[in-house]
Amino acid sequence: MELLKILASEYGPSGREEKIRDTIIKYAKDITEDIKTDVLGNLIVHKKGNGKKVMVAAHMDEIGVIATVTDENGFIRFSPVGGLNNKDLIARRVVFENGVVGVIGSEEDNKDRKIAKMYIDIGAKNREEASEKVKTGDMAVFCGEFIDSGDTVISKALDNRAGCYVMLEAMKRINTENDLYFVFTSQEEVGLRGAKTAAYSIAPDYALAIDVTDTGDTPEGIKMEVKLGNGAAIKVMDRSILCDSYIRSVLIETAKKNNISYQLEIMNDGGTDAGAISLSGTGVKTGGISIPTRYIHSPSEMVSKKDLNSCIELLTAFVNNI
Amino acid sequence: MLLEKLCNADGVSGNEKEVREIIKEYAKDYADEIICDTMGNLMLKKCGKSSKKTVMISCHMDEVGFIISGINKDGYLEFQSVGGIDTRVIISKKVRIGKDKVKGIIGLKAIHLTTKSEREKVPKESDLFIDIGAKDADDARKYVKLGDYAAFDTEYEKLGESSIKAKAIDDRAGCCILCELIKEELPYDTWFCFCVQEEVGLRGAQIVANRINPDIALVVESTTCSDVPGAKEHEYVTRMNYGAAVSIMDRSTIVPKDFSQWLYNTAEKNGIKVQYKSLVSGGNDAGAIHKSLAGIKTASVSVPCRYLHSPVSIASEKDIEAVKELCRKYLTGIDEII
Repeated sequence: MELLKILASEYGPSGREEKIRDTIIKYAKDITEDIKTDVLGNLIVHKKGNGKKVMVAAHMDEIGVIATVTDENGFIRFSPVGGLNNKDLIARRVVFENGVVGVIGSEEDNKDRKIAKMYIDIGAKNREEASEKVKTGDMAVFCGEFIDSGDTVISKALDNRAGCYVMLEAMKRINTENDLYFVFTSQEEVGLRGAKTAAYSIAPDYALAIDVTDTGDTPEGIKMEVKLGNGAAIKVMDRSILCDSYIRSVLIETAKKNNISYQLEIMNDGGTDAGAISLSGTGVKTGGISIPTRYIHSPSEMVSKKDLNSCIELLTAFVNNI
Repeated sequence: MLLEKLCNADGVSGNEKEVREIIKEYAKDYADEIICDTMGNLMLKKCGKSSKKTVMISCHMDEVGFIISGINKDGYLEFQSVGGIDTRVIISKKVRIGKDKVKGIIGLKAIHLTTKSEREKVPKESDLFIDIGAKDADDARKYVKLGDYAAFDTEYEKLGESSIKAKAIDDRAGCCILCELIKEELPYDTWFCFCVQEEVGLRGAQIVANRINPDIALVVESTTCSDVPGAKEHEYVTRMNYGAAVSIMDRSTIVPKDFSQWLYNTAEKNGIKVQYKSLVSGGNDAGAIHKSLAGIKTASVSVPCRYLHSPVSIASEKDIEAVKELCRKYLTGIDEII
């Protein structure tokens, strides 16, 4: 889990993926030298082959906040980067790229939990002191230490560093003649933006998105079939896509043949890069493998190690066989 | 004056012809190539000293307004808004409809006919109607057809030393700036793009970017400015008379940090007044442009504009000038960015 810990702990909100990208490059370099970064910041890792052109995408950005205005007393106003759960923000710690840590506070009269009435307190005495540390446009991410707790791991940003981990691990094991593009996409959390341009430039025959999905197994939780620990989730649909039936059936057959635990995923809330990829160019047959995850978009996202391994095995076998 | 002419012209989304004609007439002599596409986007190419890089600068021609969706038996017009309009600010305002610019007033039933709960709520768009003084439906039909566009009936005027009031400053200010800058000698081939249908979802810019496929793009906009009584400093978004507003992020785009910083620093270095647009709100054509094709490096610089999307907005001539000067630095300083 050392690699997952490194990935999940790295800083990388949408549009500011430089650090996480550099970290991923360190590991991807062992597999191929054909690595490039495009205009939107996508990291495209190409493993050349003569077979089908297959794109596998996992987004590397995480949710966060962006500093807007600092007041005369040194409190920093902010806007969300990606989908934040406003109710849960108060007293959360956030960390900026330069390591400055702040606490999210709120004006007293904020029953609706509006972000416009919240601020980040970095303990500065006044505007000047705050501005030396944090400038307009600087982004911060949640603090959320990586915990290895036996069968599960808990951390910030498992959405979607768990996906990056699955992809990097599968890349080591894949052995095929297919022409493979592993894309660590940018700006998924703000609207599937990186995947759109990456898919356009690659124009693949088939594509898979590797991302996290909700689970329905917590007390009085959302209604959903997916359970933590029940295996790789093969995506049927989410808000952005109805997955290609051929890809879906190949995934299911591959899982059965190789004794990989799997479950089917229908996610009512949220979309994934799969949506953007499927609609790029003249259309791409696209599916998804998802990692069941509890408490998505919080500093304490939880995944199962068994599920991670099932995802790695399923992705490896799928890419080898399609 | 060009800006006055542009603001007084009517060009609700999908009906930009009047604006396009003014721009074409003004700028055609400076362009080396002119394209008008199927949607009505106007693209003017200015050849530079080199063709090694393709540069894009864009603005939008359309404005928010209304479309006539029905005529009732008494001759009142039903309408729907085109683009984002706050119904609180349109009641009792003047509009002009169709090619003949038929005058009308946006009406609402009188206060003595309302219940207490009605008075406490913002009227819905469907509670409002346009009154052109017609006797009945047949009379109204002599002047107005279904599908006619209505624009706010506001004339451009100077206010004080250096402010202007007009409708559609968003984004005729941008159009005016582009019309002036196309006269410059430029280092690289540059496309001056006047887009349609921004207000209804960044539609025109999408296909413009696909056609031009530039190496870099700058969107010249007009953006909200809420530095008014009742708002706190962190809610201003931009401030009038504080110069060109450089975007860092809005709902449609995260601007590459090196590009927004280059714009900000270049302005400061050259004595051009500059500020950051300091709230993540709204979206503009950059959202469509940066995601097109394999991705395009895109930033935005805007004129702060009070009472945006209302019958009458206010902006500062000095801010417009600052945006123009910053755009000029961009067009001549491409090598410092890419």
